[in-house]
Amino acid sequence: MLKNKGSNGFKSLSAIAVPIEIPNCDTDQIIPARFLRQPITDPNYRKVLFHDLRFNQDGSETDFVFNHFSFKNGKIFVSDINWGCGSSRENAVMALKANHICVVIAPSFGDIHYNNCIKNGILPIRLSSVICKILRDQLWQSPGAKIQVNLEKQFLISPNKKMYEFNIDSLDKYRLINNFNDLDLTEEFTKEIINFTEIYGQRHRWASITD
Amino acid sequence: MKRNIFDKIWDEHVITERENGESLLYIDRHLIHDLHYRSFKSLKEKGLNIREPKKLFAVSDHSVPTTAKKLKDIPSGEMFDAVQGLQLAADEFKFHHFPMSDKRRGIVHVIGPEQGITLPGLTLVCGDSHTSTHGALGCIGFGIGSTEIEHVLATQTIWQRKPKIMKININGILDFGVGPKDVILSVIREISASGGNGYAIEFGGSVIDFMSMESRMTVCNMAIEAGARFGIIAPDRKTIDYCSNKPYAPKGYLLDEAIEYWKTLIPNDEAIYDSEYSISGEDIAPMVSWGNSPQWSVRIDEPIPEPKKEMNPVVRAEMEAALNYMDLTPGSFMSAVPIDMVFIGACTNSRIEDLRTVARVIKGYNSIVKTFVVPGSGLVKEQAEAEGLHKIFIKAGMEWREPGCSMCVALNGDVLNPGQRSASTSNRNFRGRQGVGSRTHLVSPAMAAVASITGYFKDVRKFNREYNCAEK
Repeated sequence: MLKNKGSNGFKSLSAIAVPIEIPNCDTDQIIPARFLRQPITDPNYRKVLFHDLRFNQDGSETDFVFNHFSFKNGKIFVSDINWGCGSSRENAVMALKANHICVVIAPSFGDIHYNNCIKNGILPIRLSSVICKILRDQLWQSPGAKIQVNLEKQFLISPNKKMYEFNIDSLDKYRLINNFNDLDLTEEFTKEIINFTEIYGQRHRWASITD
Repeated sequence: MKRNIFDKIWDEHVITERENGESLLYIDRHLIHDLHYRSFKSLKEKGLNIREPKKLFAVSDHSVPTTAKKLKDIPSGEMFDAVQGLQLAADEFKFHHFPMSDKRRGIVHVIGPEQGITLPGLTLVCGDSHTSTHGALGCIGFGIGSTEIEHVLATQTIWQRKPKIMKININGILDFGVGPKDVILSVIREISASGGNGYAIEFGGSVIDFMSMESRMTVCNMAIEAGARFGIIAPDRKTIDYCSNKPYAPKGYLLDEAIEYWKTLIPNDEAIYDSEYSISGEDIAPMVSWGNSPQWSVRIDEPIPEPKKEMNPVVRAEMEAALNYMDLTPGSFMSAVPIDMVFIGACTNSRIEDLRTVARVIKGYNSIVKTFVVPGSGLVKEQAEAEGLHKIFIKAGMEWREPGCSMCVALNGDVLNPGQRSASTSNRNFRGRQGVGSRTHLVSPAMAAVASITGYFKDVRKFNREYNCAEK
């Protein structure tokens, strides 16, 4: 069965949370397109996150929430509906990681971005719009307050010490906890893939490329 | 059989299924573009190889200047590195590649169908969210991230959970001057930018049946702007005719076998869906987006909405922020807003039919704002020139450029200056999408053509009447 990679997996976290008041926050906001060719090994990569919301044209900082002294060391984002919609760019996840963001809490996520998060060790948590609003309001009331997240038991504790349970797919949870790579999982099905390819190739001869 | 077409194609590609509902899917076609040129280095570092290089097709589109005809026309730097990087990878790993000098090159979502790489009944992936476009041919096409790209390269498979299926029926007849772009913008406004999250959208109804293949591609292209990774339209006679003579389509007896299979994908009335919507074609008017999400659009004859009438405070704040960024007044009309530039192109609207529409509207008039016309591929460009369309564009003062993504993603030097406003046939009006501080308004090719002539967003339905009377 599944091999346990063990190291660096996500289990629980207590960290400063940042309220991001942007419904339909598209991945162009998370990382503007002009940074897509920048190597993620660039030492300044953390600056690309929300670049055009965080920095003025002259490079000075704006009053965007993530620039605030109390929120700068945040590792959790709490946002609004449809977080990470738009472009499939996985660089958006890399920009989050470069800033040590480990958890994004939102009522809903863009489907491609959600998968990209899971495959890179970022925990996306779906909670209702109402709960996300409550969390964001608490974070504004006490800037720098922490949210405690427990993935194994699937709950989080708000700054006001209230517990909220969340759902996550069992395999996604396994992926995060064990820092699991899909290629390892697929390797176990090598034989099935070979068999399938052969049978499929016979059933749908037209679908092969002959050129 | 009550399976819908998406389910039929999906089931045909499942290698194995896990208890949580995730399937290991076999992938028939993998398309890749220049922004992913580093994937191959990464693959090598992991000691992996490309499993089926014959099913991988590459082309540079994002980083291609629309003035460049050859690789050496691209100035050294990031753009050149990306385009050359993809070419070198193709040489090394022996997969299909349409180089800069090849007239078949163009936007990946234009050349897939054009070359017969995209066919009904297939599964197709690409590291680009607008891969939903390909569903217009009756296949399962979807955008994936870089990690998933490497997985497909190495295994020709992908782990996916089957989406729920939403059916959107568009019946009736479209008004003259109303096109597929207006249809999809109306759909997105109706179900919202997140309405399709977790879904594949199957489009159907008489309006879709009546549409050309190019128009269907425009509709499916923007399924992702409603949150759905997949758009799909059941193949019909038109689809089969379109696919049958394409270069990479099967030939001879294999084509017969293909057609026999494609005919089994015709939907039946009893097919089951998780959700259904109906929209009447008669209710659709030319649309213009006003905000920073494709869901924020108005009919050209409607005023810009007023945030104060919105009950939900979060939505109200989003609307206010968008109106502020776009420098628009609630309650006013888009027809009073002057524009700085027109962009005609992108995987949404850069096909021959789109260019013909623009030529029909613009013929005999002059552009009064800077206008780029960027064909979707070298073959579209060639066809347009064979029909003399380029002469109409050039005579009107428009710029007729080389194929590529151009100002849709503004990664090739084609950008708006801060504060500038465009009428654009692309698919995203996000903040800064066409350059820092840029203001993008999404419109159809016909509306973009009128905007180019008048400098404003004018109703194309009235344009022909009013202008023809005034000018002659």
